[in-house]
Amino acid sequence: MPILRIRGLTHYFGGLRAVHDFHLDLEPGELVGIIGPNGAGKTTVFNLITGVYRPTEGEIFFNGHNLVGKRPDQIVSLGIARTFQTIRLFKELTVLDNVRIAHFARTRYGVMSAMFRLPQYVREEAEIRERALELLDLMGLLEQANWVASSLPYGLQRRLEIARALATEPRLLLLDEPAAGMNPGEIADLMELIQWIRRRFDLTILLIEHQMRVVMGICERIKVLDFGETIAEGTPAEIQSNPRVIEAYLGEEAIA
Amino acid sequence: MQTLIQQVLNALQLGSVYALIALGYTMVYGIIRLINFAHGDIFMVSTYVAFFIGTALMSHALRLPGIVAFGLTMAAAMMVTALLAVLIERFAYKPLRQAPRVSAVITALGVGLFLENFTLATIGPDPRFLPRFFSVQTFTVGGVAFSNIQIIIIAVSAAVMLLLDTIVRRTMVGMAMRAVSWDKSTAPLMGVPVDSIISITFAIGASIAAVGGTLFGMVYTVDPYMGIRIGWWAFISAVVGGIGNIRGAMVGGYILGFVEIFTPVILPASTYRDFVAFSMLLLLLIFRPYGILGRPVAQKV
Amino acid sequence: MKRPSFSFLTPVLTPVRVAYASLPFSVRRWTMPILLVLFFVVALLSPSFINLYWQQVLIYVGINIILTASLNLVNGYMGEFSVGHAGFMAVGAYVASILTVWVFPRWGLEAYIAYLFPIALLVGGLAAGLTGLVIAFPSFRTRGDYLAIVTLAWNMIVKSVLENIDAIGGPRGFMGMQKLTSVAWVYVWVVFTIYLLRNLVYSNFGRGTLSIREDEIASSLVSVDTRKVKITVFVVAAFFAGIAGGLFAHIIQFINPRSFSILKSTDVLVMVYLGGISSLGGSILGATVYTVLLELLRPLQVWRWVVGPLLLVLLMIFRPRGIMGMQEWPFLIPREERAERVAALMERIRGRREAFAATAPVGGSSD
Ligand SMILES: Nc1ncnc2c1ncn2[C@@H]1O[C@H](COP(=O)(O)OP(=O)(O)OP(=O)(O)O)[C@@H](O)[C@H]1O
Ligand SMILES: [Mg+2]
Repeated sequence: MPILRIRGLTHYFGGLRAVHDFHLDLEPGELVGIIGPNGAGKTTVFNLITGVYRPTEGEIFFNGHNLVGKRPDQIVSLGIARTFQTIRLFKELTVLDNVRIAHFARTRYGVMSAMFRLPQYVREEAEIRERALELLDLMGLLEQANWVASSLPYGLQRRLEIARALATEPRLLLLDEPAAGMNPGEIADLMELIQWIRRRFDLTILLIEHQMRVVMGICERIKVLDFGETIAEGTPAEIQSNPRVIEAYLGEEAIA
Repeated sequence: MQTLIQQVLNALQLGSVYALIALGYTMVYGIIRLINFAHGDIFMVSTYVAFFIGTALMSHALRLPGIVAFGLTMAAAMMVTALLAVLIERFAYKPLRQAPRVSAVITALGVGLFLENFTLATIGPDPRFLPRFFSVQTFTVGGVAFSNIQIIIIAVSAAVMLLLDTIVRRTMVGMAMRAVSWDKSTAPLMGVPVDSIISITFAIGASIAAVGGTLFGMVYTVDPYMGIRIGWWAFISAVVGGIGNIRGAMVGGYILGFVEIFTPVILPASTYRDFVAFSMLLLLLIFRPYGILGRPVAQKV
Repeated sequence: MKRPSFSFLTPVLTPVRVAYASLPFSVRRWTMPILLVLFFVVALLSPSFINLYWQQVLIYVGINIILTASLNLVNGYMGEFSVGHAGFMAVGAYVASILTVWVFPRWGLEAYIAYLFPIALLVGGLAAGLTGLVIAFPSFRTRGDYLAIVTLAWNMIVKSVLENIDAIGGPRGFMGMQKLTSVAWVYVWVVFTIYLLRNLVYSNFGRGTLSIREDEIASSLVSVDTRKVKITVFVVAAFFAGIAGGLFAHIIQFINPRSFSILKSTDVLVMVYLGGISSLGGSILGATVYTVLLELLRPLQVWRWVVGPLLLVLLMIFRPRGIMGMQEWPFLIPREERAERVAALMERIRGRREAFAATAPVGGSSD
């Protein structure tokens, strides 16, 4: 049974059709890539899955839950986490706090419990603190735990964004151009990291990426969008030789 | 029926003033997305300018005809107030253009309070009256009584609004304003001097408020805190019409004029008018935040 | 959050700090409670050695600390912009006053009024907290300057409603309250407020609040229920404003709708931005400095009222985050959140890692 099932997903921004009739079945444990020229509608698909926008049409099911109409935080608590194309960390908060915030939905203690420091609060907070630090350790960010997020070097900010997403304990991870702005060395590290977290956390991953090296290197399946339409789908090898894909990308090159 | 028409005239008179002030709120918001909370107090200052200059011009030594004194007073009020607004923009708001938007809003609030309390400290709390530029003549048509002052207020306001609408829609300055409003970062690439356009917007907004101030002073008294209430009502007018939308501000002004005049007719006392106006504002913000003529803006993620 | 640096004090403070830190924890843990009790005793005895005028000033400082700290929750920690705090204060003031002037005496409890005062304050606070929902719900849909207008409209509506209810005096106001607010009472409420707010700020709700300020959408996408956080914050802030209102009514002994106008709200704003956003220590500082400053400026008469607005404008231009923006005094940070505790925990985790050696590939080029 697919973990994520998308049918006929369509979204309009006013008169602009950003996504049209998008379909996707993700099997548990898969690593699937979405590529396409700028403005193809890739990020919009992520925004639709995570409830930032409500789709104009279409269905999204995750583990049997209908996601359409749910709030982002509800969707995240069902087990979908994401990162952003441009980094959206809580810049002025510490690395540790960035990760702790992601425990919000799983926190049981109430406001009163927190304000009066009742035992439940004390216990849970201790747990959260420890788990967050463990995750940071795992992601190689422990030494920076008390740093303000914006003071991290770019590569580590990307890494922290992934750590923060993992802290919500997702089953499905959506990565929006994680390699953007990285040099070739960093990209190699990133590819290794993605495959490692996938195994370590037993994740299904959906990945948007412009860097062909990343997509072709680690994705098992690729979908290609152009002007909101799905123009191709298949294994990296099939995609690389697909004439429509080449045309879409050449077209973009020609304009740029 | 006659009292109804009478009330409609009163509402139009008051609505004209609200509309004139609302234009300043809306233009500034349109161009730099700032709620210029000081605008009501800029209006207040304009009435004081009109008071001092009008009083000087109407002194017996000069023997100017009323219409000339009126014209000169209004022109002077417009210029002084425009200058004040441009200075405020330059020294209080401009340094904050890159700062978070709330900083500028708080500053505007502070500038407004400063103007009020400064006026209070220098001129004092006593209410003042503008001199009579015209002797009041009352006409009665079909049982409805109205004065020449009323007609002047309604007509001058309408003319100014028409003029402004033409400026914004048909002239280069208007076009440049719309360009800056649309996209502050690309406007300079197309040769639009953004800073000057913003200054011009403040100047125009303030001089229109000064027109309103001079007209208002012909009927009501002037005091340091008058800008608060009138300012708020004008501001609500701008929001009702859709803040950022010039024609919306005009429509909103008249609506609020009607609300003020007709509240005591419908509810037991005139003291309910603030309640009605602000509840209207609250409901509008919750259910249709972009006002009557405004359009919703999507947030990009 | 960083600790504030008052660098000119460093030569004095550093040796003291070092000496203090060398004391064993079993001693240090009692510092705060002992100091708090000590101050309480001083507050209790203060009427015998401070004149009435300065007692009153102290009381206003306390009330303003409560107002400032609670508004800071909304304007500082959450990054929203509320201009209507005086509206909540009004609700608390009127409700508490009605209780002590009408309700309690009618129930034959006149003799116990001094003991019932805290209850009146709590009820006033709860009533105000309930009205906090009026702002919380619109805040789901609008934010920034639009929400500012909502809060402002709220303030105006409260004032207008009070002016139109004749039973509680309408525009003439409400009086008959006894002078129940004392320095000691205010002290207790300030400690209570700061303690509760501190606990909230350092909980997951507090971090959620901060994350809304930083990036609301990212916040909801890491599972923060932003609605729940907003309701919490607005209700809690309104609750404490209500408490402050009740205390205010029982020192000034006469309230009218004009006491709770936008001007009052603006005063609180000045104190928040003077002391520093997202800082309880800043709120204490801002409220104290501003209240005392205005008292010292009394000889200036009307010109005094020019100072606040001018200060606000200058602050926004030159120091928009206030004196202690985003910083906190160490004693206001819960012990387990302090750097040395977190460092100890990190050390433990590092120790465990060596045992398993199973961290993510770090790579040589990632920084
Ligand atoms: N909030 C919005 N309002 C209006 N139009 C939008 C909005 N978000 C995206 N769009 C438009 O929808 C289209 C698809 O945008 P999207 O961000 O999904 O593209 P993308 O494939 O992620 O591109 P890129 O590779 O540049 O990130 C674009 O034309 C974009 O301008
Ligand atoms: Mg994108």
